[in-house]
Amino acid sequence: MTDRPHVGAADLAARFREFIDPEFVISDAETMKPYECDGMSMYCEMPMLVVLPETVAQVQRVMRICHQHQVPVVARGAGTGLSAGAMPHADGVVLSLAKFNRILDIDPLARTARLQPGVRNLAISEAAAEFGLYYGPDPSSQIACTIGGNVAENSGGVHCLKYGLTVHNLLRVEMITVEGERVVLGSEGLDVCGMDLLALATGSEGLLGVVTEVTVKLLPTPERAQVVMAGFDSVQKAGDAVGGIIAHGIIPGGLEMMDGHAIVAADDFAQAGYPRDAKALLLCEVDGTAEEVQEHIEQAEALFRELGATSVCTSKNEAERALLWKGRKSAFPAVGRISPDYYCMDGTIPRRQLAHVLTEMEAMSEQFGLRVANVFHAGDGNLHPLILFDANVPGEFERTEAFGTAILRLCVEVGGCITGEHGVGVEKIRQMAYQFSDAELAQFHDLKAAFDPQGILNPGKGVPSLRFCQEYRALDDKPHSSHPAKEARHG
Amino acid sequence: MADIAQQLQDRVLAARDQGQKLNIVGGGSKSFLGRQMAVATTNLHVGEHRGIVEYHPVELVLTVRAGTPLTEIEATLAEQGQGLHFEPPRLGASDTIGGTLACNLSGPARPWSGSVRDQVLGVRLINGKGEHLKFGGQVMKNVAGFDVSRLQAGAMGTLGVLTEISLKVMPQPAATLTLVQDMAPDQVVAYMNARAAEPKPLSGACWRDGKVYLRLSGARSAVEATAEKWTGTVMDGDDGFWRQLRDQQLGFFAGDDPLWRFSVRSTATLPPLEGDWLIDWAGAQRWYRGAADTPQLEQIARDAGGQVSLFRGGDRRGEVMHHQPDALAALQKRLKHSFDPDGLFNPGRLYSWL
Repeated sequence: MTDRPHVGAADLAARFREFIDPEFVISDAETMKPYECDGMSMYCEMPMLVVLPETVAQVQRVMRICHQHQVPVVARGAGTGLSAGAMPHADGVVLSLAKFNRILDIDPLARTARLQPGVRNLAISEAAAEFGLYYGPDPSSQIACTIGGNVAENSGGVHCLKYGLTVHNLLRVEMITVEGERVVLGSEGLDVCGMDLLALATGSEGLLGVVTEVTVKLLPTPERAQVVMAGFDSVQKAGDAVGGIIAHGIIPGGLEMMDGHAIVAADDFAQAGYPRDAKALLLCEVDGTAEEVQEHIEQAEALFRELGATSVCTSKNEAERALLWKGRKSAFPAVGRISPDYYCMDGTIPRRQLAHVLTEMEAMSEQFGLRVANVFHAGDGNLHPLILFDANVPGEFERTEAFGTAILRLCVEVGGCITGEHGVGVEKIRQMAYQFSDAELAQFHDLKAAFDPQGILNPGKGVPSLRFCQEYRALDDKPHSSHPAKEARHG
Repeated sequence: MADIAQQLQDRVLAARDQGQKLNIVGGGSKSFLGRQMAVATTNLHVGEHRGIVEYHPVELVLTVRAGTPLTEIEATLAEQGQGLHFEPPRLGASDTIGGTLACNLSGPARPWSGSVRDQVLGVRLINGKGEHLKFGGQVMKNVAGFDVSRLQAGAMGTLGVLTEISLKVMPQPAATLTLVQDMAPDQVVAYMNARAAEPKPLSGACWRDGKVYLRLSGARSAVEATAEKWTGTVMDGDDGFWRQLRDQQLGFFAGDDPLWRFSVRSTATLPPLEGDWLIDWAGAQRWYRGAADTPQLEQIARDAGGQVSLFRGGDRRGEVMHHQPDALAALQKRLKHSFDPDGLFNPGRLYSWL
């Protein structure tokens, strides 16, 4: 990166101000400050410039100029990401899509919505509601996060097992290439000819292009949804109950698990009426036609009792259903109340490994001297261990990171992966070396170069350089190792 | 039931050394798809690389070698009351899962259950450098690295030799029934889309010969209640109808006339053409039999928000897939080069320039 031709912030800002409202070409430190990080605030960097274009043509010109001068570009939506994927580059431009916030069209008969990338996830379902439709993926940040960011991260949510991830709910994406060309991936039909570039672009963390328009599929709003809550006196039993539901042929709309620490914290916060003495809690939401829900709820209640639930209770109305979910959805802030800071992990494991992984995690918790609470998308195996720490205690964040790394390594060892929905970004770039071989990482680099040969789009994210990987693997043989990526960035 | 990955890898390396081009063959059931390759190729048979590697019914995940026949996979899943919800078509006696993914083929349930691409969780493949690589995994949620697994869907083997595929599988529905009724072609597209917008357990919507067929699948109570509410007669022997549709065994598909596939906006109105039509996927997939010129059909497809391809018959030395704009063609050429720098795999099968 040191061989990039130098272009000064002032020169670049002047070029941008020729075609973008000068007020939205930001170069002073104070106004740029909110852009220094995303939702992963442990990783900060001040950019050279922040620019907020208003039209696709402006985005294209920004890209052409940056391409010409080889200036790094970091695209940014709402900045809610949890892997520092939108952390700025010190010598680069933050390209905010915040002004692209219009819903361009909703087609109720074709069940699609055409959106600018800065439209908020929840706003799609709100706008579609009058037609009896909604947008499936519902990440926890859905009040704030944008559809452009969802495409970049392939965001999930609590309904993935039944309704899929972002990639399953997209039809068409317009993207600006690094050269500033506009390309269309996908179509208004379901399949296209040739390689599936839409799938490739989804979850590519801003490394392949800048998304300027998104067409999503909308789903008919289910007639009815009900939640069964079941408490268990062991995680193993709760895990078996998840398997039991699925083996029975029921695919719940949402199936969430919380461990004892998370149950108490969430119940303190939301007064959701959770069984506070339970070691594990399942929330199983069944949705569909009124008849189907009735049938499946009865089966689920019976199954949970049969499989050793210590308490079973079902929402009788929308208010009760909302309250049961409130506890789960506020689990993160709830845990935030019992600890000065928390660090949220995002590994995925085969469900049958759950009890083993949680037991190991308890042992690690003692070894690292840090508490951990677990919330778990049980239906699809996505774990969110929350490590509790205090950033003001010297060395505690470093220990937290080491604990997190050990958890992700365990996830890979049992056949899972290092990130289910938060992305790699900067945060998990080191752990990529556990999941992929050098040849696989080299293939990723070659693929990236097919789109962006000079490495201008979101450099330093997603895929680690092979040299760093070798260092990481060597360092990981020593306990509490230092962090080469950080040293490289600051050194 | 053999693992011949090492042999396949050796064959790729040898081909690279000797400057050979390779035609990847699974069961050979889809050899008619894509273009006739203009250059001489040697067959690389993947069919022997077969067998189920791992299957945990409770995880809803299956890992198989790419040469495994669909019949073997579905028989194994059926024992556990599960299946492949994208309903892979049988276009011959020996269709494999690898070919199904490479050609991105899915059956009548596709709009509701997703395509083969949607169910793929991970792949292993041998690239043009002879490296055996693993992407994705065996879990539903996995965003580490680029989605190379789904990139293979529709690439027709141009990026590498698929050796292993992990898929999401689903429980079979407890009940299924089909409602059939007469309907004019100018009404049916709006009708099918209106039904698809209702929160009911629809799993198939097809129009053929003046009749519309709606399939319902799911919990028995939901299927029965919906059938009572909607118009149409409950069809006998409907399973056979959907299987014949899936496998292109209905009379519509017989004969040698060129068969065109339109993948378009489900609500689109297409202009009248001389030939014969079959509408599937609630309007999103339309089959056309008849002579026509490619630019005219491509314009119709574009106007309908989608694409057209020459699925079977016709001139297969020309382009058979929808025209790609220059920028996308350039991207795909560079991607191809990144996986297969010497152009070993299926040269010209997908596009003349790839």
